[in-house]
Amino acid sequence: MPWLSILIAVPVLGAVGVALLPKGADKLAKQVTLAVSLIVLALTIVMAVQFSPGSSDRFQFVETYPWIPSFGVNFGVGVDGIALVLIALSAILVPIVVLASWHDADAPNAKRSVKAYFSLLLLLEAMMVGVFAATDVFLFYVFFEAMLIPMYFMIGSYGGAQRSYAAVKFLLYSLFGGLLMLVAVIALYVIADKGTFMFPELIGAISDPNTQKWLFLGFFIAFAIKAPLWPFHTWLPDAAAQAPAGAAVLLVGVLDKVGTYGMLRFCLELFPDAAKFFTPLVLVLSVVGIVYGAIVAIGQTDMKRLIAYTSISHFGFIAMGVFAMTANSAAGATLYMVNHGFSTGALFLIAGFLIYRRGSHHIQDYGGVQKVAPILAGTFLVAGLSGLSLPGLSTFVSEFMVLIGTYERYVVPAIIATSGVVLAAIYILWMYQRVANGPTAETVQGMPDLDRREKWVIVPLLALIVALGFFPKPILDVINPAVDKTLANVSVTEHKPAVPAVAEPKGAGE
Amino acid sequence: MNEIAAPTIEYGQLAPMLLVFGAAILGVLVEAFAPRYMRKAIHVPLTLLALVGSFALVLVQVFVNGVPTAPSAMGAVAVDGPTLFLWAVIAVLAFVSVLLINDEDNFVAQASAVPGSIEEEDAEVAGMSQTEVYPLVLFAVGGMLLFAASNDLLIMFVALEVMSLPLYLLCGLARRRRLLSQEAAVKYFLLGAFSSAFFLFGMAFVYGYAGSVDLSAIHQALPNVGGQDTLLVVGTALLGVGLLFKIGAAPFQAWKPDVYQGAPTPITALMASGTLVAAFGAVLRVFWVALGGFEWDWRPVMWGVAILTMVVGAILAITQTDIKRMLAYSSIAHAGFLLTGVIATGGPEQNQNALSGLLFYLLAYGITTVGAFAIVTMVRDAGGEAGHLSRWAGLGKRSPMLAGIFAFFLLAFAGIPLTSGFFGKYAVFSAAVAGGVLPLVIVGVVTSAIAAFFYVRVIVLMFFSDPAADGPSVAAPTIGTATVVAVAAAATVVLGVFPEPMLDLANKAAATLFVR
Repeated sequence: MPWLSILIAVPVLGAVGVALLPKGADKLAKQVTLAVSLIVLALTIVMAVQFSPGSSDRFQFVETYPWIPSFGVNFGVGVDGIALVLIALSAILVPIVVLASWHDADAPNAKRSVKAYFSLLLLLEAMMVGVFAATDVFLFYVFFEAMLIPMYFMIGSYGGAQRSYAAVKFLLYSLFGGLLMLVAVIALYVIADKGTFMFPELIGAISDPNTQKWLFLGFFIAFAIKAPLWPFHTWLPDAAAQAPAGAAVLLVGVLDKVGTYGMLRFCLELFPDAAKFFTPLVLVLSVVGIVYGAIVAIGQTDMKRLIAYTSISHFGFIAMGVFAMTANSAAGATLYMVNHGFSTGALFLIAGFLIYRRGSHHIQDYGGVQKVAPILAGTFLVAGLSGLSLPGLSTFVSEFMVLIGTYERYVVPAIIATSGVVLAAIYILWMYQRVANGPTAETVQGMPDLDRREKWVIVPLLALIVALGFFPKPILDVINPAVDKTLANVSVTEHKPAVPAVAEPKGAGE
Repeated sequence: MNEIAAPTIEYGQLAPMLLVFGAAILGVLVEAFAPRYMRKAIHVPLTLLALVGSFALVLVQVFVNGVPTAPSAMGAVAVDGPTLFLWAVIAVLAFVSVLLINDEDNFVAQASAVPGSIEEEDAEVAGMSQTEVYPLVLFAVGGMLLFAASNDLLIMFVALEVMSLPLYLLCGLARRRRLLSQEAAVKYFLLGAFSSAFFLFGMAFVYGYAGSVDLSAIHQALPNVGGQDTLLVVGTALLGVGLLFKIGAAPFQAWKPDVYQGAPTPITALMASGTLVAAFGAVLRVFWVALGGFEWDWRPVMWGVAILTMVVGAILAITQTDIKRMLAYSSIAHAGFLLTGVIATGGPEQNQNALSGLLFYLLAYGITTVGAFAIVTMVRDAGGEAGHLSRWAGLGKRSPMLAGIFAFFLLAFAGIPLTSGFFGKYAVFSAAVAGGVLPLVIVGVVTSAIAAFFYVRVIVLMFFSDPAADGPSVAAPTIGTATVVAVAAAATVVLGVFPEPMLDLANKAAATLFVR
C-alpha cells in the first residue's frame, strides 16, 4: 500500500473539501477537519506498526514515481526511523491543534473565514508529512518552500495585532534561506552529475572538500534560519507571538523541526567532510543560542514570546546534538525534536487558553490563577516542568542524552550548555509563579477552568510527555538504527552499541 | 538585360505569420468599408480566428510537415524549432490579450477628440469606439512573429518597426486618464525611435565589418575578418542597445513603468507578454546566432546588464505605489532573470538546456502576466481602474476569489514552488549554474528574495488589511476577461504541478537550436 502518498493525499483532499463547503458551515468545517486529521493519525499509527526498525533497508514504504524527468526529479518518498517519528509527531499534533483552535478563527475575528483557517491547517499537514517523507532532494525543497505559504496566511490572517509584520518577516526570512538553498540544490545536481535528485544516490556524490563547504553553507543557512539557530532567530519570537496558539504549536513544534531534521539528514550525509569542518562553528552557535535564548526568555513580559525564546534555547540543544555526531547525541537530538514538539506544544496551547480567557499576552496581567482555575494552572505547571526538563518527563531523557553524547567528544560546549538547564528552571518557574501563584489578580477573578474540549486537548499531550519520560524505549528503538546509519554515512567512527546509557532515565542523571 | 532571378519563398513555412498580416489588412478594409455599428462584430471574430489559425498552422508545420532545418525566404526568416515554439506562445498570448481588448471599456471613444472636450463627451454619448484597435493589434502581433524569426538584421529592423509602431498608437488610446495615456505613447514613441536608430546604426557598423546583414554570414565572418574589430564591437554594442531597450533591461528600462501605467491595461498585457517574448527571441538570434563566436566580448557587458536589471527591477519595485508600475518593475526584474539564461552559453548541450529553460520561462511568465493584468482591469472605482495600491487594501475580504487568484499569480512571479514561475526560474537558473554563471544566479536568488517582498506586500494589503470604506468595486467580469483569468490561473497551476509535458516540448523545440 502506498502509505506515504495516502498520508499526503488525504489531508490535501480534506483541505479541498473543507474549502468547498458552503458559506456558514463553520461547525461542519471544523468537524470535517478533525475527522480528516484523525484519519491521518489512524493511518500513521497503522503504518508505524508495520515499520520494522531492524530492517536493513535505509528507507521503508518507499515509493518512487517520475515527476519531472527533464530535471531528474522524482516523486520519491520513504521513511527511516527519524522521519517516521517526526511524521508521527505531526500527525498527533494536528488533531490536537484542530481541537484547540476550535474558536481561534471565530469570536473576535468574526470577519475572517473559519473554513479557510481549517483548510490551510490540513494543507499544512500534507506538506509536513511530505517534507519529512521526501527522499528526493528537489521534492524536499518543494515542500520546504511551499509549506511557508499556508503558515504565512495562518499568521497573517488570524494572528494578533502585529500579525502582518510578523507574517511578512517570517516569510521573507524563510524565503531568503530557501533561495540560497535553491542555489545549493541546483549546484548539487549539476556537480554530482548523476541526473537524479534521489537522496540515496547523492550520498557521497560530492567529494571535493571545497565544493562540499559551499554547498553545505547553502543548505545550512536555510536550515539555521528555519530551526532557528542564533543569530538567525529574530523572526521566531515575532511569528510565534503573533500566530494563533494552534498555528504557533505547528510552527515551533513541527515546521522548525524541518530545519534540524534537514541538518541531520542533508547537511551531515551529503557533505560529511564539510559538516565536520564546520562542527566547531555550529557548536558555538548552538551553545550561544542555548544560553542567549534562555537569558532573553527570562526577560520576556509576553508569555508567547517567552515560550518562543525557550524554544530557541532548545533548538540550540538539538543542533548541538546533531553536530556532536555521537550515537547518543544524535539519537538524543532526534528524540528531542519529538519531545520538544509535545512539551512546547502543550505550553503554547495552555498559554493560548489563558490568553483566550484574559485577553492579554502579558504575564503581569495575571496572578493567582491557581486558585480560580486549578486544573488549568496544574497542567500549565506540568507542561512548564517538561519545558525545563524535569526528570520523569520526556524532555529530560533527550536533553540528558544530548548532553552526555556531546560530552563524549566536546567537553567544553557540553559544560556550558548545562547552564541552559539551570536557566530553564528560572524562566519557567518564574513565569509560573507570576501567573499562577500569589494573590488572585482582580482581572483573573472568575476565570473559568478548563472545559471538556480543552481537557481533551491537553490530557493526551501530558500523557505522552509522562509516558515518554518513563519509557522512551519504543521511540529510541525506532530512532537508533536510523541514526546509526546516518552516522555511518558521515563515517564517524562510533563504537557505541545502539542501546544508550539512558535506558533507565530515572536513575541516570541524579 | 540581366535577368533577375525570382526569390523562392516557402509560403507554407511562413503561413502562420502571413495569416496574421493578411487578417490585419482585412481589418483595415473592414475599417474602410463596413458600417460603424458592424465593425466590432466583424473585427473580434476575425482577429481571434486569425490568431487561432496562426496557432493551428504552427501545429501543422510541426506535426505534419516537420520542423524545417534551413532558413526560409532566401535566408531572411528562420522557421526553426525555437521560432515555432515562440510563435505558438505569441499566438496564445495575443489571443488571450485580445479577449481582454474585447472588453471595450478600456479604449477611448474617439482618439482625435481632445481630452475633456465637448467632442469627447459627444463621442462617448454616441457610443463610438476606436475599432482600429483590432487591426493595429494584429499588425503588432505580426511584427512580433517576424521579430522572433528574422534571420537577417534588415528584416529584424522591419519587424521591430512593424511591431512597435502600432503599439505606440495603442498606448495612447486609454479611455480614462487620457493625458497620462498620451504621455505614455509619446514617451514610448520617442524612446523607441531612439532605440530603433541605435539598432539601425549598429546594423550599419556590423555590415561594415561583415559585409552582410545576414545573421549566418555575420557568424561566418567572425573568425575570418581581421583588423576590423572596432566596427564589430561598436556595432554589437549599438545593436544591443536597440534590443535591450525592447526587453526593458537596465539601463534602458526607464520607459517601462511609464508606458505600462499609461497604456490601456489590455495593451499593457500584450506588451508585457508578447513583446517580451518576441524581443527575447530577437536577442537570442542576434547574440547566439550572429555573434555566437563572439561571447568573450559581449558576455562581460551582458553580465553587468543582467545584474543591473535584476537589482534595479527588484529594488525600485519596492517603492512603487501603483499596481501597474509595480508589475512593470517586476517585468524588468524578470527580464534580468531571463538574461542570466541568455548568458549561459556553452557547448550545444548547454545551449539547448539554456534555450529550453528560456522558452519555458517565457511561456510561464507571459501567461501569468496576462492573467495578472486581466485582474487589474477588474478592480475599479469611479475614475476607472483603481491603480493605487492603497485602494487594494482589504480586497481579500470583499472578493476573496479574485484576490486569491491574484495572490496566486504574485506567488508565481515570486517563484514559490508549485507555481509555474518556480519551474521557469529553476529551469533558467539551473542552466545558468551548469553554464558557469553561478555568481549571476546568486544575484538572481537574492533579488528574487527582495522581489518577494513587494509581491508579498500586495498580498498583505489584500488579505491582512481592513478594507477602505470607499474601496473600489470589483467589476463583474465579462466572459472574455473571466476566460483570460481562468486560463491564466489554470496554466499557472498546471505548469507548476505537472510541467513535464511542456518542458519536454521546450526541450524538443530547443533540440535543433537555431538554424543559421
